[in-house]
Amino acid sequence: MKNKIKCAVTTENISAIAVFVFFLLYPMLHSAYKVLNMANFLITVILALSLALIWGYTGIFSYAQAAFYGIGGYTYAIFCKNFANPSLTPIFLIAGVLAGFLVALVLGYFMFYGGVNDVFVALVTMCFTLVLETFLAQTAGPEWAIGKAQLGGFNGINAVTPLTFGAFPVKGEALYALVLLLVLAIYLALRIMEKRNLGYCLLSIRENRARSEMFGYNTAKIQMVIFAVSGAIAALAGVLYTSWGGYIVPSAVGMTQATMPVVLVAAGGRKNPTAVVIFTLFYLVLSQNLAASGSQYSLVILGLILLLVVLFVPKGIIHSLFEIIDEKAAVLLKNGSIRTGGKANEQKNP
Amino acid sequence: MFNSIFNYFYQFLDSFSFLIIAVSGLAIIFGMMGIINLAHGEFIMLGAYIFTILAKASVPLVFAIALGTVFVGIFGYIVDKLVVSRLYGRALDSVVATWGISLLLRQGILILLGPSIPGLTTPMGTFAVGSSTYSIYRIVLAAVAIALLAGVYWLFMHTTFGLHSRATMQSSTIAQSLGINTGRMYSMTFMLGSALAGLCGALYAPTMTITPTMGQAFQNDSFVTVIVGGANPLIGMTASGTVLGVIQSALSMLFGTFFGKIGLLVVAIIVIRVLPQGFSGMIEKHMVKGKR
Repeated sequence: MKNKIKCAVTTENISAIAVFVFFLLYPMLHSAYKVLNMANFLITVILALSLALIWGYTGIFSYAQAAFYGIGGYTYAIFCKNFANPSLTPIFLIAGVLAGFLVALVLGYFMFYGGVNDVFVALVTMCFTLVLETFLAQTAGPEWAIGKAQLGGFNGINAVTPLTFGAFPVKGEALYALVLLLVLAIYLALRIMEKRNLGYCLLSIRENRARSEMFGYNTAKIQMVIFAVSGAIAALAGVLYTSWGGYIVPSAVGMTQATMPVVLVAAGGRKNPTAVVIFTLFYLVLSQNLAASGSQYSLVILGLILLLVVLFVPKGIIHSLFEIIDEKAAVLLKNGSIRTGGKANEQKNP
Repeated sequence: MFNSIFNYFYQFLDSFSFLIIAVSGLAIIFGMMGIINLAHGEFIMLGAYIFTILAKASVPLVFAIALGTVFVGIFGYIVDKLVVSRLYGRALDSVVATWGISLLLRQGILILLGPSIPGLTTPMGTFAVGSSTYSIYRIVLAAVAIALLAGVYWLFMHTTFGLHSRATMQSSTIAQSLGINTGRMYSMTFMLGSALAGLCGALYAPTMTITPTMGQAFQNDSFVTVIVGGANPLIGMTASGTVLGVIQSALSMLFGTFFGKIGLLVVAIIVIRVLPQGFSGMIEKHMVKGKR
């Protein structure tokens, strides 16, 4: 038991606790505006974690996370426009998540049962995202309406009712708390799964699909279900975003938005959810400050980060940092009474 | 009656040549190296920019097309040396890296040259069949597409380069042990694929608005064509270009351009479900069966 606790003392876990304590204390230390801003960042963290699940754990490069995000957001907005009663919004949230889940399930069925391999999954999901964006952007005319909801072309759907529990609208700090809770839940689910059979199964599919299949796993089914779950998580982020801002537009599905989770997850460290959370936070704060000095360079910076990371730190910046610090700490504490966990320690005590 | 048949045939030729010319560079790189060049659309855009700038400076059209092809080819060689050659054997990473390149190119051109530059009008004028008029240039493009297929066939089947590249495609380890410099073959292939992307951009520049995002119009269609075609660039390109050309032109005529594009995606998803190896996988399988 004691040994177990000592093994859990890694840079990753310490940083994870620090980050979540920071998130928890944030609303007490900052203005309402900043808290709302941070809530938006946390929504992007959910989107990034959905990609970490499908790409980092399962090895499926999905470019469609933004599409599922948009599907969730649009579903929520369409329901809100058709039924004015705000107390029904939690049901619409579930409907949005379910829509993302089902679309991903169908797309996943065609891909994984068709034996489509990694690069082709990237292409199909990319085409899917492109077509969805093109479709939504050309829905400006009045004939594009679902019930009372006008899809509205480039302008999207505006003035969407925020999420409401009973008579209590989830706004400001309440929204922040809800989003933080969801981030924590998804993050913990990912971390716990890592050490359970399901997680090992996903990792084995990532490392060698054919071999996992030989061991008797129905890889196509697992891939399809995980793809659908990650679609549902992305859709959840979309619903929260729509509720947060009160609007959803086609550019939420567009190129920049679709690239963002890929960059965040790749640059942070796709196999490591903690690294993803930290890098997402770091990047969003940085890019918001950069945006003041000229947003046309933000795509250039995104592209450059992507290129440099793939070439020089394929594991991801934060993930590599974790490993380096773990190793250094292990060397420093070699003769001390405290032992650290992590990779360096495992190698010494097999 | 004849008019509507000719009209359909013309639409088909247009879709077919568009798909073939747009996909050739991508298909050769994919077939040979297993890499999907996500910056393909941006390479096409680059070719279009070089062509338009040269043509505006009153360089003859044919030379402008040739120079556009050569410049993008050289650019592709540089990209290969700097980035892609470091990622051989890491297909997914190369997808992410080329995606980074495409973002850089698109946004870089936007910052340098603004949201659009004035294009040329479609050269060569029109001809009339019945009451409708058609562009001669589109017919020329169809001829170019067929010439391109013939050229690729000749290159891969009747030259030393083709022999070496087919050997590398089948088994790079054995090809290497027989004295073929596979790294160089990959570089050459990437350069060739980029040059073909440049050619595509130069050929289609007079028919389109020249913007930094114009590559995306090609990107989607060419990805779908590669997916449906499968690994063999020659067979796959021809078969999927024909089939998708028929479907796209029919849907576009009946329901409009947008449904043509949606139709392509739906067909692609169904084809990969039924034929995971694409058309070339199916055709090769049947040919092998026939020989046994």
